[in-house]
This record gives sequence, structure tokens and C-alpha cells, in this order.
Amino acid sequence: MRLEPIANPGLVRRLGFPAVALAVTVVIGSALAMLAGADPFATLGLIVKGAVGSRFAALETLNRATPLIFTGLSVAVAFRAKLWNIGAEAQLYAGALVTVLLGTGALAWPALPLLAVIALAAMLAGAVLLLGPVVMKTRAGVDEVVTTLLINFIMLLVISMLLEGPLKDPMGMGWPKSAPLQKAARLPRLFEGLRLHWGFGLALISALVVWVIQTRTTLGYEIRAVGQNAQAARFAGIPVNRVLLKTAFLSGGLAGLAGFSEVAGLKGNLTLDLSPGFGYTGIIVAMLALLHPLGVVLSALFVAGVFVGSDSMSRAAGVPTYIADILLATALLLMVLALLLTRFRVVRD
Amino acid sequence: MSQQRDEAQVVLRLEGITKRFGALTANDAISFDLRRGEVIALLGENGAGKTTLMNILFGHYTADAGRVEVFGRALPPGHPRAALAAGVGMVHQHFTLADNLTVLENILLGTRSLWRPGLGRAAARARVVQLSADFGLAVHPDARVGSLSVGERQRVEILKALYRDARILILDEPTAVLTPQEADALFETLRKAVGLGLSIIFISHKLHEVMAVSSRVLVLRHGRLVGQVATTETDRHQLAEMMVGAEVTMPRLAAAVPGPALLTLSQVCTPDQGAQPGLKHVDLALHAGQIVGLAGVSGNGQAALADLLAGLTRPASGGLHLAKAVPQDWSPRTALAAGIARIPEDRHKTGTIADFSLTENAILESYGEAPFSRRGWMNWAEAERFAKQIITTYDVRCPGPDTRIRLLSGGNMQKLILGRALEPGPRIILANQPVRGLDIGAVSYVHSRLVAARDSGASVLLISEDLDEIMGLADVIHVISEGRLSPGFGRGEMSPVQLGGWMAGQGFEVTNAA
Repeated sequence: MRLEPIANPGLVRRLGFPAVALAVTVVIGSALAMLAGADPFATLGLIVKGAVGSRFAALETLNRATPLIFTGLSVAVAFRAKLWNIGAEAQLYAGALVTVLLGTGALAWPALPLLAVIALAAMLAGAVLLLGPVVMKTRAGVDEVVTTLLINFIMLLVISMLLEGPLKDPMGMGWPKSAPLQKAARLPRLFEGLRLHWGFGLALISALVVWVIQTRTTLGYEIRAVGQNAQAARFAGIPVNRVLLKTAFLSGGLAGLAGFSEVAGLKGNLTLDLSPGFGYTGIIVAMLALLHPLGVVLSALFVAGVFVGSDSMSRAAGVPTYIADILLATALLLMVLALLLTRFRVVRD
Repeated sequence: MSQQRDEAQVVLRLEGITKRFGALTANDAISFDLRRGEVIALLGENGAGKTTLMNILFGHYTADAGRVEVFGRALPPGHPRAALAAGVGMVHQHFTLADNLTVLENILLGTRSLWRPGLGRAAARARVVQLSADFGLAVHPDARVGSLSVGERQRVEILKALYRDARILILDEPTAVLTPQEADALFETLRKAVGLGLSIIFISHKLHEVMAVSSRVLVLRHGRLVGQVATTETDRHQLAEMMVGAEVTMPRLAAAVPGPALLTLSQVCTPDQGAQPGLKHVDLALHAGQIVGLAGVSGNGQAALADLLAGLTRPASGGLHLAKAVPQDWSPRTALAAGIARIPEDRHKTGTIADFSLTENAILESYGEAPFSRRGWMNWAEAERFAKQIITTYDVRCPGPDTRIRLLSGGNMQKLILGRALEPGPRIILANQPVRGLDIGAVSYVHSRLVAARDSGASVLLISEDLDEIMGLADVIHVISEGRLSPGFGRGEMSPVQLGGWMAGQGFEVTNAA
């Protein structure tokens, strides 16, 4: 068996295969539900209901989608330049750390300037964390997949050390958590009376900004050129290394904002379980969105919906929540396969 | 040989071979016979379907219709080993040899069981020596392939096929990497092979070689077999017409009036890049209104010179002078700013970004300047206008400026690169293999554009492995060999044989001593 490229895949092919991928995901999910002894249709129904079936559920999904939009954008921006940033998790924690450092009394400013400064500082922290691996990549050819991945573990240990030490909340009954943010450093709600904070608005704005950067600016053009063909980009006079550094700044900054948004918008303090792997899930979100910044919003909502829906279904139907991870992993693998099949035809010898 | 005997000795028969890739019909009901002791030349523009046809014959592709018969037996489609076993051997354009093994080891590779190492080595060696003598393929069986010249490597490839009892040899553009002398030696080998009863399919786009070596010429155009003529009954002009389907004209060259030197290199050295030699004390002057041709066998420092002038590398020692000003920071950008237009050797990997549209590719070198961008914002309307301008001025055949450039043929891709390079009105044009792989129509178009640029006062450096191209276009010819540059020879001053001598590295010691 071989793969033959298709010059110009038709619309049926481009939409059909992803649709089949989703359908197969649902079938596999149903089979698993049956294995767990539950009615598959009821289980799926419960997942959908748990994700969007009520005002509370929908808001919960939006809240869960917020950090995923940021990390998804972070990954999408970097992958677009073929910069394999696997370290959104660490960059998220860097942003969260800075938010706590500046937001727990270090600056006694009014809310608006304080939030702006903290947000910028969080972006900077995430960016700086990615800058190191990228400089090592451009200077010495060190594989950024390895370095960014390892920094995730280092970062978690550093946060753990800080939460057990200097950052430990003196009023925290001994729990490893930071002091709560001052009132002015908390992100307000997006709408009065709705349990949805401004982080979600910021995430949507970020997606729009990234989309504008990619399609309308010279930087976006440079990033796409470097990602598609670095050799041709270098020949044409595009400063490839400088573009990679700028990309790192953007990507790390977006992941840093995820940490800011979670701490300032949702949690109000820093703990070690701030992120249940938002940085890694961001990779799934970005891949499902084909690295398109606006697609990231949709795929983040989908992924968040599956997580929130599965949580709620699990309580009602007794099927383990791990089904969410399986569903997402299956969806991702099948989607990658579907995308391959939209561009290649399988030929049997 | 009488016609009747020929008919009796058909060794290879293709019947109605048809292969479609989506809407494109790469091969359309192609049928022909190859007889014992015959050389067929397969002639056609790029994209005419030659490679597809050979891939089907060799089992790499499966035909949608039609059958292949070797020595009267049908080949099962899609089995490369079946073709090999039936006695079909292929010598590819890019060799498939292991550099770290000896000639003998390379030839034996894959012919015997892994579990019986060394068995019959002496006998195999004797056979290889015998084959080299019979076919005039002089190469030492114990030499390491890595230390061989390109011509010698090609001989190893042919020996490899002969050792596997190939009775039918397919050679894909075999002379592209050879000096004229080496090519003549190859033709001699082919004649011997034919005398010993082998049959040969010779794929080429060089008409004079086709005329010299083949007994029959098949011409492919747009996937169809458009002509089949005995070589003695045709001439180069007619073949060219059959290939393109129209009359072909070569550019008429008036004598050049050289102006001042726009770029000079003095005693420039660059480091070797792996197997690619660097420049060794190169002196070169590019004058306005002049085409300088750089002849040489592939891989003798052309890449080093091209990279240097394109701004990708800097001289390790020696001087690069631009109209007497030494550029401070030599990079692709400063090269472009100095008015150097660059046509890169590899238009797919270096010249264009495959998944970018024509518009995006058109502004690849100028995206950062007005009117295409201002203060970091792109002006796509201007970019598209520029792309459309190139498309009409340079006759780029495409559905529109939004088309991804990977969907274009090589010739149209090259026209876009040409337009992108020439539209700003450059003073120096670096054309590295500008017509390689292009069809005849596109070749003469590119050449006429380069000549027109010369006539309007630009300096052109034409790097090519095709001696005919160099001799036809260049006002001054330099030969490059192992990174050393010969003195410049005026048009008509040197015969191809003399240039071949320089290409093989002769004459350089004398010059250095003088």
C-alpha cells in the first residue's frame, strides 16, 4: 500500500473525512460506555447535556475553554512556524506565578492599570521561558521539543518549592497554596450576574489578534514563510532566527496569559493543581483546529465540552471520566488520519 | 538487421499504457516495442510523461490500463522485483550507491543471501572485471565509491545492472552530470552493449545526444506518444518541433558591449560544505552588458559561488566588491538591495514556497518594502496587483494569483521567479541552472529574457551544467573545477573539447604557476 498525493482535494473529501472521523469517535465512545455497563445513547446524551444542557453547564464549558483557547493559540502560533513548543504548561505556570507575585500586594494600584501591568508581565514571563529553548535551537541546534518538554517538569518543581516556601499563604492552614490576590487584581465578570470572567473575553480578543497578525502583518507572513519552507525564506532574505524569536515571544506570551487568566479570573490564588494539563491539551486543541486561530476557539469549546460533559455524565451514569481523555485522544488521532486522507489517496499495489 | 528479424526479437512491449492522476492523464494509451540490440531515445518536455512511463515499466506505479511484456511474458503490475528479475535494469539520474562501500560491494549489495557472507566473492570479482572489460566500463572493483568521480559512479550503476543480468537498460538523463568526454565514453559503452545484444531506452532532452546514440526516437507530449521516427530519417529541428508541437527559435545574439565591472571577486576562498567544494582563490569580474557563463561538472563549486553571490555565505578570505563599495553586512537582503537578482538552482525548495499562493511567492523578496507593506502591515491588494503584473508580463500560465504555486508546472514556476527577480530592474543577475528541467518553449523564453536584460545593461552570471547552453549564450566563459576558476574565454575561443579538458581539471596548475 502506498500514498499518492492528491493535487486538489474536493470539498466532499475535505469535509467528508473529518465528519467520518467524528462519527467513528462517537461509535468508539459508545462502545466504551457499553463496556462500562451503561446505555451508550444515554451516556452520549448525558455528555452533551452536561456540556451545554443548562445555563450552568454552558458557563462551566466556557470557563473551561478559556485557558484552552490561550494554550491552543500558543501552540498554534508556534507550530505555524514549525517551532515545536511543547512547553505551554510551564509558560502557563510562569504567567500564573508572576500574577501572584504582583497581585498579592506588591503594587497598590487601581484595578485597570494593575490588571494591565500584571497581564503584560505574565505574557513576558511566559515569553522569556520559551526564549531560552529557542535561542538554544537557533544557536546550537538543540531540539526544542526536548527542552520545552523538560522545562515543564522543572517549572512544576519550582512552583512546588515556592508554594511550600516563600509563597506559602500564612493563613492557608498549611496547604501548599499562595496568598489570595488583592481585590483589584481580580478579573471582573464579563456580564453582571453570569459566572464568566473577563479571561474569556481576553481569550476571544487574543484569537482575533493572532488571526489579524497571521493574515495582515509582515510578521505573520514571515512566520508562515519560515514554517512552510525555512530554506526558501532564508534565501529570500527573511531573517529566520529573528522570526523564530518573535514567534517564541508571541507563543510564550499567549501561554503566560492562560496562567494570568486562570489565577486572576477563576482561582484567585496559585496552587499546584492550577492546570490539569491545559498546556498539553492546548496541543490537541491547536491540532484539531488545523492551527487556525479562530478554529482554536471552536476546538477549545469542543474539548472543554467533552471534559465538562464527561464529568457530569460520570456522576450520573457511573462511567469513569477517563472516557473524556479517550474520546479526545481518539478524536485527535482520527482527525489526523482524516486530514491525511484528504490530501493523499491510498493505492494498493 | 532486416525488418523481419527485428519483429521476431521484440524484448519489451508496452501496450496501451494509461495512467491518470486525478484529472491529469500522465500517460495516454502508449504502445511501443523495443527490439534486441536497439537504442530507443525517449524524448519529451518535462511533464510529458517519460518518468511516469518508466515508473510503470519498473513497477513503481500501477497503470490504470495496458500491459507490459518482457521477453514475451507479461509483467505483474506493481512489482519492481519482477522487472528486475525479468532482466530490466535502470540507471537513475540520482545514483543509489553506498559511499562507504567498495565498487564490488555496491554491485553485490542485495544480490545474495545475508546468511552466506563472503561466499563466491572471488568469482563475483572475476565477473565484474570481465563485465568492465567487455563493456568498456573502466573502474577499479576495490575502490571506495566515495572516492570516485561522478562519471565513474555512473559506470558502477551500469555495472550493477549488468551484473544482475539486465538485458534491457533504462538510462534516465545519463549525461546530465558528465563532461563531454565522459559522455562520449558512455556512448561508446552503449554501442558495445548494443553489439552484445542488449537493448537500451535512453531518456534525454538533449537533441544532439539523441541523434548520436539512438536508432529510433519516440517523442512524448502531454502524455501521448506523438511521434516515432528512425533517427536517420529525422533531424534536431524536426524533433524539437515534435516535442513542443510548434516551431522553436533560438535567441539571436548580437555581440555584447561590456560596460564597467559591477561586481568583482578577488582571491576569494570559502570553506568546503561537506562534499561540495568551497571556492579556491577565485578572481571574477561581472561587467555590465555581459553574460558570463560558468561551465563545469556538477558539484565543483558552483553552489559555493552561487551561495556567495546570493548573500547566503561570506568570503572566508579575499574580497567581494560591489561597484567598488565593499558591503558591510553581506546577506540575502544586502545582496537584493545592491541590485542582485537571484534565480536559485532549486526552484521547488529554494525559489518558492510550495503551499504559498502565487501572490505570496511573488513578494517573497520584497514583502518588507512599500508598497507591499507599511509599518508592519501587509497590503495584499498591492501584492496581488504585482503578482498579476508578473503573470501577464512573463506569461505565467495559472488559474489565478490565488493558486498555490505547487500546482504550477516547472516552467511556469520559473517564469514567476524570473518575473520576481527581473521586475525591480536588477543590475546583476545570478542565474543558477535557470532552465534545468524546463521544456523547450520555456527554455527559449528564459534565455531571451536573460539576453534582453543583458542588452539593457545588466550583468548576467549564468551557471549551467549544459555546455551547449553556456556556449550559446555566454559572452565570456569561465570553467569551475574543484572550486578553482579558469581564466575567462571569449565566445568561440574554445572548442567544447578544450572546455571539457578544463572541466576535467586540466590546465589549472599551469595557470597557477604563471
